[in-house]
Parts: sequence; C-alpha cells; structure tokens
Amino acid sequence: MLKTLQKNFQSIRKFALFGGILAFYLTAIGIVEAFAPRNLIGSFLSLGHVFLVLGATGAGVFIAQTMKETDTKSIYFAGFLTGALSSVSLVIFNIIVQVFVVQANPDSIFQLRSMFINFSEDIQTFLTFGQGMVLGNILLILFFGIMGLLGVSFVSLPEKIRRGWVNAWIWVLAIGLFSENVAQIIQELFGPALNKVLFFNKSLNTTSAIVFFIITFAVGYYGIKKETNTRWQAMPEEKQKKGRVIITIFSIVFMLALPWMVGLFLSQALFMIGLFVMMGLGLNIVVGYAGLLDLGYVAFYAFGAYTMGILTTTSALGRGDLNFWMAVPVAMGVGVLFGVLLGFPVLRMRGDYLAIVTLGFGEIIRILALSNWLAPIGGGAQGILHIPQPVFFGIVMNKPQMMYYLVVLGAVLAAFVTIRLRSSRLGRQWMAMREDEDVAEAMGINLVQTKLLAFAIGAAFSAMAGAIFAARLGNIFPHSFNLLISINALALIIVGGLGSIPGVVVGALILVGLPEMLREFAEYRLLMYGILLIVMMLVKPEGFMPETRLKREMQADKADQAIEAEG
Amino acid sequence: MLKQYLDRFSWVDFLLKVFQVAAVAVLIVGIFNSLGAAKYTPGQWVTLIFAGLAQGSIYALIALGYTLVYGILLMINFAHGDVYMAGAFTAVFLANSLAASGFLASHPVWSVLLLLLLATSVSMALNVIVERIAYRPLRGAPRLVPLITAIGASFTIEYTFRGLYGAEFQAYPIIPALDGQFLNLAGFDVPYTQIVVLVAAILLMVSLYLFIERTKIGTAMRAVSEDKEVARLMGIDVDKTIMITFAIGGALAGAAGVFNGIFRPQGVFFFMGFIPGIKAFTAAVLGGIGNIPGAMVGGLFLGVFEAVGPNLILEGLGIPAVNQLRDAFAFTILVLILIFRPQGIFGERLAEKKA
Repeated sequence: MLKTLQKNFQSIRKFALFGGILAFYLTAIGIVEAFAPRNLIGSFLSLGHVFLVLGATGAGVFIAQTMKETDTKSIYFAGFLTGALSSVSLVIFNIIVQVFVVQANPDSIFQLRSMFINFSEDIQTFLTFGQGMVLGNILLILFFGIMGLLGVSFVSLPEKIRRGWVNAWIWVLAIGLFSENVAQIIQELFGPALNKVLFFNKSLNTTSAIVFFIITFAVGYYGIKKETNTRWQAMPEEKQKKGRVIITIFSIVFMLALPWMVGLFLSQALFMIGLFVMMGLGLNIVVGYAGLLDLGYVAFYAFGAYTMGILTTTSALGRGDLNFWMAVPVAMGVGVLFGVLLGFPVLRMRGDYLAIVTLGFGEIIRILALSNWLAPIGGGAQGILHIPQPVFFGIVMNKPQMMYYLVVLGAVLAAFVTIRLRSSRLGRQWMAMREDEDVAEAMGINLVQTKLLAFAIGAAFSAMAGAIFAARLGNIFPHSFNLLISINALALIIVGGLGSIPGVVVGALILVGLPEMLREFAEYRLLMYGILLIVMMLVKPEGFMPETRLKREMQADKADQAIEAEG
Repeated sequence: MLKQYLDRFSWVDFLLKVFQVAAVAVLIVGIFNSLGAAKYTPGQWVTLIFAGLAQGSIYALIALGYTLVYGILLMINFAHGDVYMAGAFTAVFLANSLAASGFLASHPVWSVLLLLLLATSVSMALNVIVERIAYRPLRGAPRLVPLITAIGASFTIEYTFRGLYGAEFQAYPIIPALDGQFLNLAGFDVPYTQIVVLVAAILLMVSLYLFIERTKIGTAMRAVSEDKEVARLMGIDVDKTIMITFAIGGALAGAAGVFNGIFRPQGVFFFMGFIPGIKAFTAAVLGGIGNIPGAMVGGLFLGVFEAVGPNLILEGLGIPAVNQLRDAFAFTILVLILIFRPQGIFGERLAEKKA
C-alpha cells in the first residue's frame, strides 16, 4: 500500500494543493464566513461548511479518479491524506489570524484586519470549531481528511450504493439550500403545519433530513430513474408519441398553474426568468446564429423600457398617453430602428472589435440617459416614474403572477420566431455567416441585409423585454440598464449552449433563477458568474444543452487541436 | 468610367461616408462655436491639457498591456483593466501605512518606489495567473471562447478583490512633497503631481521600448508576435514568451495604478478598473493595436482629447453639463475610430489583417 501511495504521491500533492488553495481562497474572500450562519441541516451543517470542504471533497473525487486502477484500501487512504493535506492552508490561515489579528499590537500602524477584511477572529473560531488553536486545528485536519474520504466515496463505492449515496447527498443538500422556497411552496399547497415538522428556522431538522436521505438513497439505489428510462425506450413508437403529447399537455398546465402554487416571491423570480429567457432568445439570434458578439444588448432593453415609459407614464414626462398594449409594438419598433441604426456602422467589423464597439454603445446610451442633456426626454438620473400597469379587459395586472403570463407569452413568441427562423433561408444564411463571412459572401449571401436582420430581430425582443420590465416595475432609472444585463444575457446563452433554445431556458434558470431564489448569494453572484464563465469555457464550451450542429463543431475543433498537438 | 463607378457603388460605403462627413462637421461646428464664445482663458486650456496628459500617460501604460497581448495572441485581454485595479487597490493599504508612519513625508521617493514595487508585483502575478488559467488552455479554440473567459476573468478578479478588501472606497494619501507645488512652464502653472506622473510614465515607456527592441527576450516577443510556429522552430519557448508578455503588461498596469493614486488620490475601489480599461483599449486602438509606440501616443492623445473635448466640442453645440458626458465622449471616440480607422493613427498592418 505504501508503494502505491508513493507512486501516486505527485497527484496527491497536486490535488491537495488545489483543494488547499480553493479552501483558502473561499475563506479569504469571505464566502465561508458569509454563509456560516445559513444552516442547511439542523444547526450543525451550514452552507459555510459546504463551501469550506469543497476543496477537500473535490480533491478526494479527483484523486479517486486518478487512482481508479489501484486497490480500494489505498484509494481511501490516499483520499484521507489528500483531504488532510489540503487543510494545511487553513491551518496557516489560522496561525496568521492568531499572530496578526488576535495578538496584534493595537498601537501598530499597519493592521492586517484593515486590509483583509475577512481575517477575523470569528472565522478562526468557525474554522477551529471553537476548540482553541491546538485542538481546533487537529480537528480541522481530521475533518478535512474525512471530507477527502467522502469525496473518494462518491467515486469508489460499488456502483449501486454509489448511485444512492450521491443521489441522497445532492437531494438533502439541495432541499436544505432551497428550504425557504420549498417551505413557501408547501405552505401554499398544504398549509403551514407540515413546515413545522420538516423545517427548523430555515434549515431541515435532523429527523426529516435523515428521512429524506433514506428515501433519496433508495431511489438512487434501486435505479428507479434508470428503469423508467429503459421502459420508455422499450415502448413502441406510437405509444411514445402519445406519451409525449401527454407530457407536453401536462407541462403546459403545470407552467400555467405554477405561479399560483409558489407564492408571490417566487412568482417574481419566475417573472425575471421569463424576462431573461426572452432576452436570451433574442441575443441567441445575434450571437448564437449570426455569430455577432454583442456586448451592448442592454441598449435595446433600455430603448424598450424608455419607450414604454415615455409613451404611457402619467407623470410630466409622458407623451402620447398610449396604453400598454399599444406601446409594446411601438417599443419593439423603436428597438428594430435602433438595432438597424447601431448595427449599420459596425457592419464591417468582426469578433473582438465588434464586441468592444457594442459595449461602447451600451455605455454611451446609459451615460446619455443619466445626463442632464437628455433629461427633458428621459428624466435624467431621476428616471421615469408612474408607469401604469397593463390592463387586460378591465383587470389591472398588478400581481407578479399575472405579469408572469405576459412574460411567458412573450417568451413563447420569441421561441416560436426563433424556431421558425432557424431552418429558414435566413437562419441558414446566418449560420453560414457565422462560420465564415468571406465564404458566405462568395456564395451570394447579402451580408448587409443578413447582419442587419439579425441585429433588428434581436433588438426587437430585447426591447419587448424592456417594455414589460418597465410596466412591471412602474419606475425606471438609468442605473438599471448597466453592462451587467448584457453580461447576464450573454452568460446565460453560453451556459445553456450557444444557439440552443432549451439551453436559453436552462441558462436562465441557473443564472437568473438561482440567484433570485437564494438571496443570500446576492453579494457573490457576479463572482460566481465569472467563475462559471471560465469553467464553462474550459470544460464544456458547448454548454449544458448544446445545439447539435454547434456541438459537432466544437468537438471537431477539439479533434483538430488534438491532431495539431500530436503533429 | 461612370458605369464602372456605379458597379462598385455600395450603399454601405456611401452612408458610412455621409456619417463620417457629418461627424467631422459636428466637430468643426462645435470647436468653432466654443472658441468663438471665448468662455475659457488660455491658462484654463493649458490646465486642462496638462491634466489630460497626466491622465493620458496612465491610459498609455494600461494600453501597452492590451497592445502587447493583442500583438502576440490577437485577443483582447478584457481583464486587463482589473489587473490595473488589483495593483492600485493593494498598494493603497501600504500607502496609508507609510503615510501614518511618517515615512511618506520624510522619504517620498523611496515610498513611491516601494508602492511601485508592491503594485507591479501584484498586478504582474495576477496577469500571469489569469493567462495560465483562463487563456493558455484555450490556444487554438474559436476566437469567441477566450474572449468569453476574459469577461469571466474580469468579473472574477473584481469580486475576488471586493471579497478580500471590501467594497468601500479607499483613498491614497496626499504626498506632502508634491502637495500644492506648481511648476512654472512658460508662464502657466502646472501642478507637480502631473509633471511627476507624466515624466515617470514616459520613462517607463521608453525603457519598455528599449527592452523590446534591444534585449533577447524582447526579440523573442517580437518573433512570437510575427509567427508563432516559426518562432517555435527557431527554439523560442512560445508559452514562456507569452507568459513574460503578460507579466510585463501586468507590471505596467500596476505602475499605472500607483500613478493614478498620486494623480487622483480619491476613489480606489474594486470596480475602478472597468472604465479606464475600456479607455486604455481605445488608446491602444487609436495608436494601432499591436504597435507599442502607438499605444503611448494613443494614450496621451486620448487623455488630452478627453480632457479638452467636452468643453471644446460639446459645449459649443449647446449641450449642458458637459462634464457628465466625459466618458460617453471617450467611448464615442472609440466607436468612431473603430468604424473609420480600425488600423489606428500609425496604420499597423496587423490590425488590417485581423480586424
């Protein structure tokens, strides 16, 4: 056994270093401390703990994968060793805090704490389990070792048990994480009594956690999901078709009933998801189909919102006094107009330059909206207030549930247009242009027309989203239209898979839905975006729900690279 | 003759030309009106120009990082503005300690050198790490891919530093030796800080130019930017050269961060790199991206243009509160240049090949 360990020592060291750096990083930037009060199960497992051991468990998973060939005993031992070694960085952290913060000379000019705001005594107490420096650090090392073992167990247990084990962990942690939302739904459906049994102060109580664990373990162990899948595969073609129709009807009914089941707060989240699905679908045409990287997409969103605001508001800025339904087509028209106007100058640009120019456009529009110069039109920094809510046959749509339907309608419209366009002549022209502009032009494609149509259609959907957003909020301010919206829309289509329509929905659920549901994450939301974008591009550049054609391309690229690297 | 012309006629070119003429017309009308109104004295213009030169030298230092990387990898290192932030944000704590201990007052030169040392090493290390994690594994991927990781890297750096140092604004201490001192240049008073920043930046740029032109590593960098494959065949370690390029770019950005602290002490925070980053990119394009002297001139030019432009041009057009529009003005310059002269002032052929 020692020999195998010695042989694999390099990978152990590598993964332990990775785990240690990750743990240190998450602690130093304050994620661990920020989420330490957020309990998942009982009052002993918090979200902070999960982030803390991410490195150690991850290192355990990696080491188990590298040592797959060797005997089980040494794998587990290596996992423990890796986990324990990765805690060294935190022991160092504790010592630094002890020396420079706890025992710091209060008269000295430089205080470490004033620079690194998270190097605090509180976090040290959290890391050492409140047991003091000596015992606490030993416990920390042991704890990390066990977490390394846990990581190994996710890979190396016998197949059936492993499936149940992984399944159970994922589900219990997820329920703990989303406890607030789950509790909300349960309250809407079954009343408050059940919640008192399941949850304790925003976290799962221990008994219900164990029950859930056993249930989900059993589901994984007996492979119920897999079995249904095989049964479905075995059904005759006609039956499958029928089943699909039933599933579609069921999901439509579910979608329509959803906002009334989840309560006000989650309906608002659903509204935001729908809004970003709409924008994502529009941007998908520009970036995914036509291959034009547009970082100023927020400009059209702003145009839509401002058009809606100016045309319908009851305040002094209002012109036109239109109602919502008349203003939406106008807003889309304005979006198309500016899509063409802003698209025109950049017709000759490609790739990076296009990205920077569109980013510049987006910023210029925002600064202009803020300025005193255009304040007589758009209200300057004060924005536009008192935008009325849409009225549908006498019903004022003042609840997020109602606006949700509106947004779903818009998203379905956008999806319909996208699907119809995808394999049309125009859609194929876009894709040809994405692959190679020069070749596309040589084949007789009118680049000017094709590009401008992409910009215009994309802008129309963004403007529609903006208009609905303005009507929902009632007030708009220039600050709402910053670069982050463009980045958000871009990130969600990339995470979902460029060019893929289900991908947009998945991307919006992950990037808009999760942060809306987990308000605690607000502060670290953009950090996670950044990391997600990098990791996505490194590991899975085609996205979670890749479009088949694009997937083939990405893989072909990889194959080319591999050949190049060998040759 | 006419038929030939009509055959080659393109609406896009025509409208772009019209647009170009209109832009120039607006510029001329604006300048004419403002100078005619004589609202500012020559002394005020000179003040604006020198402030612009100092600001521009900071842009130039950042722009060099863009240009060096673009010259070699043909990619925009979107995170470069945040690398600049990292250096400036880290050094502010040292600067405040030095000020509190009195060292800054007694040894200003040594203090600034210490700050430069810290900021350049932080930025350098950060840029190298970014290259290693986010760009190196993606050599040969479609060009969209590294651009997206660059955007991701930018956000990651910003919010990492927000987590480390907090979201509050920090301020650089004022250097007593430079405070309130003016140099008399041909009858106009120019603050010492601006002169110091300008001179130091120019010194750095000249030494970079010599480094690239005269040393072996500089030659290797030029070779790699010319043709990676051939450079590899000549025995140059391409990955290492790229790493050195990123290190140099990062170091210059860190230095720019300290100069920014001297020139504009207020307002160091985690998001400070975003707008200077875009402006420095503008400067790099202005001088012809990939062109090192071009980035220097482009930076100085942009700084002056941005300082003088709103008052000179926009005010002449009767636009109120022009100072709010300073950033919009700089971005408009960026857009106009990319549309009408993407190869920049000096017309680097690299940009023509790839833009």
